[in-house]
Amino acid sequence: MSDYVLEMIDVSKSFPGVQALKNVSFRLRPGTVHALMGENGAGKSTLMKCLIGLYQMNEGTVLINGQEVHITNPLDASRHGISMIHQELSPVTERSVAENLFLGRPPMKAKVFVDHKKLYRLARETLQGLGIDIDPYEKMGNLTVAKMQMVEIAKAVSQDASIIVMDEPTSSLTSIEVEQLFGMIRNLRAKGVSIIYISHKMEEIFKICDDVTVFRDGQMVGTDLVSNMTVTRLIHLMVGRDLDAMFPKVECPITDVIMEVRDLASGNTFSGINFDLRRGEILGFAGLVGAGRTEVLETLFGLRSKTSGTVTIKGKVADIKRPADALKHNMAMLTEDRRGTGIIPVSSVASNIVVANLKHYVRKSGLISHRKIAADAKEYIKRIEIKTPSKDTLIQDLSGGNQQKVLVARWLLTGPDILFVDEPTRGIDVGAKAEIHSLITKMAGEGKAIIMVSSEMPEILGMCDRVLVMHEGRQTGILDRCDATQERIMEFATHTEEDSGEAQSQAI
Amino acid sequence: MESNAISKRRFDAKGFVSKYAMYVILIVLIAIFGFAEPAFFTGKNFVNILTSESSRGLLALGVAFCIITRGIDLSLGSVMAVSSVFSASLVQKLTYSTLIIPGLVNFQPIPAWVAVLFGLAVGTSFGVMNGLLVAYTKIHPFIATLGSMTIARGLALLFTNAYPVPMLREDFTIIGQGSLFGFLPNIVCIFLLMAIIANILLNHTKFGKNMFAVGGNIDAARASGINVERTLVLAYTWSSFCAALAGVMVTARSASGIASLGEGYELDGIAAATVGGVSQTGGVGSIVGCIGGILVLGVINNGLLILGVSPYLQKIIKGAIIVIAVVFDMRKVARKK
Repeated sequence: MSDYVLEMIDVSKSFPGVQALKNVSFRLRPGTVHALMGENGAGKSTLMKCLIGLYQMNEGTVLINGQEVHITNPLDASRHGISMIHQELSPVTERSVAENLFLGRPPMKAKVFVDHKKLYRLARETLQGLGIDIDPYEKMGNLTVAKMQMVEIAKAVSQDASIIVMDEPTSSLTSIEVEQLFGMIRNLRAKGVSIIYISHKMEEIFKICDDVTVFRDGQMVGTDLVSNMTVTRLIHLMVGRDLDAMFPKVECPITDVIMEVRDLASGNTFSGINFDLRRGEILGFAGLVGAGRTEVLETLFGLRSKTSGTVTIKGKVADIKRPADALKHNMAMLTEDRRGTGIIPVSSVASNIVVANLKHYVRKSGLISHRKIAADAKEYIKRIEIKTPSKDTLIQDLSGGNQQKVLVARWLLTGPDILFVDEPTRGIDVGAKAEIHSLITKMAGEGKAIIMVSSEMPEILGMCDRVLVMHEGRQTGILDRCDATQERIMEFATHTEEDSGEAQSQAI
Repeated sequence: MESNAISKRRFDAKGFVSKYAMYVILIVLIAIFGFAEPAFFTGKNFVNILTSESSRGLLALGVAFCIITRGIDLSLGSVMAVSSVFSASLVQKLTYSTLIIPGLVNFQPIPAWVAVLFGLAVGTSFGVMNGLLVAYTKIHPFIATLGSMTIARGLALLFTNAYPVPMLREDFTIIGQGSLFGFLPNIVCIFLLMAIIANILLNHTKFGKNMFAVGGNIDAARASGINVERTLVLAYTWSSFCAALAGVMVTARSASGIASLGEGYELDGIAAATVGGVSQTGGVGSIVGCIGGILVLGVINNGLLILGVSPYLQKIIKGAIIVIAVVFDMRKVARKK
């Protein structure tokens, strides 16, 4: 019996023009949670994709329980007891939980017909066995992301997975859901399942993981017990240099009110939103996922229709029905869903940068000045250090952090007075994260007014001058920087503390 | 612009091969046909190819815009027919005009340009309708344009009662039968001019840039302040304008308005655009590629004809080449998950 449930030895993988992995070795002890860390593009995902057979490695051996195996596709991987929970889940939303759980392998009657009775019984047993409270008859699409993820984990367990790879499983979970997930992970670990845990979030690593392996530039740069690690050492390993403060909040003068929002509501989604926004201010929106924070921004930006309330910008009532109207008021919005509403994947970096600002490139003749576009694209690539081979590279070929910087460039280019940023650093590695933070701070310093939605408490606490907290579509309070603590915010976010009228009026 | 930029990038061997796959195919085809049949390899024959492909080529130029916005336009063939019969009905020699609109005999002959504009207007109105349907009702472009394809065909048949509209005046037929400098047919000139206009629209105007954004990611386009609806309406309008123009051209050439004109042409147009690298996944395509696609299909049509290959076998070969070309193309623009 081997000491390791999984060993990957001297794995190399190259893509045309890129050496993604160079002689990487990775060992997983049975019944442990093993963190894989590293900046985006460091090779974590590539290694895992080699493991589950989505990519074929060029060199290297994989041993499972000391036996050499050759995994060529995900089906192979699951036969060897390896499952991966991808960051972006892709459930069949129109079918039931049970059908999703046994997708492609439902219990059969007479080898031809699906045995529905058995299907739902097995599903119920599996879910209950893991302590998951989900009705197997529920339509998958009605579940929250957290529950979908649990179904996904249950699926892995039902396939007798002994190794489960989780790729940033908490990226769209609320803190309560994260706790539930951790409970489940501990439960699985106790049963002897080994978990490879990919995450950018430091505190999670120290909370849940036993071992940690760090990647940088396609190489393994360190592996150790988590108990021997410190945050500083981890960051140092990941970026190869010491980072300045994660949240470089620079005090800057907060001046006149630029935007007033009164009694804003949109259908049943949210109502009663009241706040003032000042130049040079970063106003945080905190709350649990689903509290309606994104929806408020969408409404202010014209992506969602408001049903009541008034918005005043620079002293004039603004009627914003579509994003084009918002742009006319010098507003900009970095959306939460980078892939869904942000990047235009098959277009070049340059096209993505200028897309919200095209009218400034139209010459008198009505034709577009490509020279000016190229010049601006180059300037912004340089100014905010977008790592891209050229301005003509398709944006889909960049890493997540760099894609996000392109989107930041897109909005900077429009010269906004008011900037909304929605989860600006989700799924972005440590280095790029710090850069995005300092960009946002710098913009505030230039007198722009910023609203930032974030589910990461340290980000909210570190960056914001004030924090507006929401709970189930209602504004439960506004906290000043000096009053904002993790505990206070959570109280408002879970609505354990009723907002007093006093705090409200004081905040405005 | 986009495609130019890609070709300038160095050290992208894979990109280079797939980028030029279509031109390689084109050159290979020309070489094969040229060796097999010297008659293929004459300047006159190349003009022939352009002449016979110019109407379908126009449809490709039109539908490319729709495909770039991640849509499709199935109504183009029927729009050709509509513009054909409506424009023809105004320029029949007087004795015939009275067949469709009695009483016309009492009027002055209608100038040819009015007939052309009339045909273009009626045809283009279908594109406006398509665009409005796609943009505002959010029904799938396939269904929206399938509907208007049937309606437009019905309108052409109803208007003529399925009779041809023959005996057109020469001031009208010269559009299709005349030629520039005595060797370049007018319809080829029109096609080339439209190709230049299409290229300017697509790459050098805000409208063109917006189309790429809408096709690449409609939600991101909207969030970037682009008027998505207007962009879509314009794309479908342009598409049917191209078809209407093709209808007028063919009518002038054959000196007869025909209600069954252009049946299945929309598919040839779509095939040419697709072979030319205009991706069905949206947000990708160029006019230069489109013209390449038109030439590939034109060379196949013409070459097989000259070689005397059975027309049935021709279809099989053509179908296979379309699929092969697109398989190559898919590698170029595969969307990353």
